[in-house]
Amino acid sequence: MAFKIDSVVDEPVAVLTLVGELDSLSARVFQTEIEKLSTKTISVLVLNMEKLDFMSSAGLRVLIFSKQKIGVGLNIIIVKPQELIVDTLEKTGLHHSVTIVDQYPE
Amino acid sequence: MATDIRIDYYPTHEQEGIKFRRGHVLPFGATMVPNGINFSIYSSEAIDCTLVLFERGEAAPFAEIRFPEEFRTGNVYSMIVFDLDYERLEYGYRMDGPFNPEKGHRFDKSIILSDPYAKAIGGRDTWLAKPNWDDIYPYRSRLVFEDFDWENDHPLETPIEDLVIYEMHVRGFTQHPSSDVKNPGTFAAIRRKIAYLKELGINCVELMPIYEFDEWENSKENPVTGGLIVNFWGYSTVNFFSPKAGYAATGKFGMQVDELKTLIKELHKNGIEVMLDVVFNHTAEGDHRGHTISFRGIDNKTYYMLTPEGYYFNFSGTGNTLNCNNPVVRNMVLDCLRYWAADYHIDGFRFDLAAILGRDQNGAPLSNPPLLESLAHDPILAKCKLVAEAWDAGGLYQVGSFPAYGRWAEWNGKYRDGIRKFLKGDDGLVGKMAQLVQGSPDLYYYRGPTASINFIACHDGFTLYDLFAYNEKHNIANGENNNDGGNDNDSWNHGVEGETEDAGINQLRHRQIKNALSILMVSQGVPMILSGDEMGVTKFGNNNTYCHDNELNWTDWGLLKKNDDIYYFARHILRFRRAHPVLRSATHFQHRDYVGSGFPDISFHGTQAWKPDYSDSSKCLAFMLDGAHAKNGSVKDDMIYVAMNTYWDALYYELPALSSGRNWYLAVNTSMPSGEDIFEIGKEPILAEQGRFLVGGRSTVILVGK
Repeated sequence: MAFKIDSVVDEPVAVLTLVGELDSLSARVFQTEIEKLSTKTISVLVLNMEKLDFMSSAGLRVLIFSKQKIGVGLNIIIVKPQELIVDTLEKTGLHHSVTIVDQYPE
Repeated sequence: MATDIRIDYYPTHEQEGIKFRRGHVLPFGATMVPNGINFSIYSSEAIDCTLVLFERGEAAPFAEIRFPEEFRTGNVYSMIVFDLDYERLEYGYRMDGPFNPEKGHRFDKSIILSDPYAKAIGGRDTWLAKPNWDDIYPYRSRLVFEDFDWENDHPLETPIEDLVIYEMHVRGFTQHPSSDVKNPGTFAAIRRKIAYLKELGINCVELMPIYEFDEWENSKENPVTGGLIVNFWGYSTVNFFSPKAGYAATGKFGMQVDELKTLIKELHKNGIEVMLDVVFNHTAEGDHRGHTISFRGIDNKTYYMLTPEGYYFNFSGTGNTLNCNNPVVRNMVLDCLRYWAADYHIDGFRFDLAAILGRDQNGAPLSNPPLLESLAHDPILAKCKLVAEAWDAGGLYQVGSFPAYGRWAEWNGKYRDGIRKFLKGDDGLVGKMAQLVQGSPDLYYYRGPTASINFIACHDGFTLYDLFAYNEKHNIANGENNNDGGNDNDSWNHGVEGETEDAGINQLRHRQIKNALSILMVSQGVPMILSGDEMGVTKFGNNNTYCHDNELNWTDWGLLKKNDDIYYFARHILRFRRAHPVLRSATHFQHRDYVGSGFPDISFHGTQAWKPDYSDSSKCLAFMLDGAHAKNGSVKDDMIYVAMNTYWDALYYELPALSSGRNWYLAVNTSMPSGEDIFEIGKEPILAEQGRFLVGGRSTVILVGK
């Protein structure tokens, strides 16, 4: 399934909804959105992943990139990720750097 | 992925739409630079070099770019290629040059070669997933990102005398179904066992090889089970800079670097150091009949020790020998270890068959090996533990004489052999034991006890349980007619070979395990235990299980329950060591009282106090440590008295008198049943009779004077 991303920014909160498969090619689209956010004052990045079916290592790297680009104090909230994605986050330890929730706002 | 535009990084060349320019000669390997990737590789004899680029997993390369002659500086080819997808890229090289084995040259430009400096290797991403045997490039060099979030982690720098090392195989530790973890057999699964490791009380894990290797190497049918024999242990490196992807649950996503770093970070958070077992003595390319993967096709004569006829010296016993004291290879080893220390926060390294690292390019031992000296004095490795397996398969045995430069410790093979012989009741060992429990000053007088890594069992040989359950090795399943593996096991089955229902024999075997653990934990030096010995793992008498991906190597966690007495004892004897600094001295004993306590720092005894019996037939030795001398008198500790009796019957040991107001308390008595064989710190019962103690046959007693 083709990757799609919707972005709603209400400073200091940015909500990105990711749909489809986030592979190395689509990761660039994701990254471009993050780069756009870096010009704004964002402290909470909400990533709605309910309809994201797959995330490659490139996608995971964008999570790291987000903190580097926007700031280490950025609070990344991942909403309803599928089990495969949670599993990958856990295995690589990236779950320590994000908050996983069932819905936002909680 | 994220690069800033720099105007000085512009392409000067183009081939079929791919833009490139002259690169930087250093560092070697593939390095991300603004807008592109810098490739740099050394070969002293190649006449031509071509960079080969693949999309990840594709059968054929999408580009092959020959290095223009002006891109070669000395013997180094370098090139920056622009606009590559770092995530999807796999790369290799073709090297052209003479194929003349008699002169040491084995160039073959039809083969795509792996980069010796690659930071990740593709092709064996999932453990034992069947490879594509027709792949024209089976071990594919990849790039890795350096964006791991270490937070505030750094190597722990625990004083080496305070370590308890736990030798572990990544897959074997959790692969057994009884391990009850997600993603068994992986780095991620070890994270789930950190609480267990803490409870056990170890503070350093030594990981058996985790550099990329090929588990399929020399695979064949198991003659016993019909299953597959594989390279399980991994002492056969494909690439020195890359973690084994098949050990990562995320290897198939190319995330093995992150998964391993996460494990290291978590271990550090829990006070556990990480030591790597590194294999620089040989590579996976084998002898002249082996596959060309990398080094052989890049610069055979540089990377390997060759005979005058162009064959491979085989000091490793595996077909070839890395030419470690060639300056180029020496630098590669240094670069590699620096990379692991800096980028992976590794706390120390154990060097497999390290005696090879002290041989010159013709194989002769060097008096002042430049590689060992360089490692000892390297500024980046300055706080890393350096541990040598101080022998090789070519007959060079350097236990006690390994060139140490004030830094190197050694796996003390003589400790292992001496303790084993003593425990099975051999004659003539008491004098030797007096040395071993002191940290082997006869071997390491000028280096101190911390030069001695004490162990009784390790991956190579019998487990501790099997040491007391088998007289002979049982290696038929290895497919070598029981000819492989050592025959000098110094083991004793106690009456029956292998498993038995005889309660008396089983009881005695358990007691011997407790004796071994006790002696190990009260010996000066650095104790190392083999993973699983704390619960009595067995390999059913196989003393060379390098090739088995099955129960022979998988830790059966059900043994925690079956052998709960051993596990309880192991945990508490580790606590005992941790609680008593007098057991962990960084310097040798002086055999005198230099703090005015009225007792020497160490004294030896026999069945009569102050009168050790060193005669040939003696099987009794006791020693007393004065807690006032702990850490050279800088901290206070109790008196510790250890009585060892390998005679088959119980004997009274006269106890040395304590200073007024102090009494002897019982900490350990291995002749007693579980529950009475070891007592918690501070809950040791006082001895009713302070002047003597009946030490059971084949038993160890530890008393605390306070």
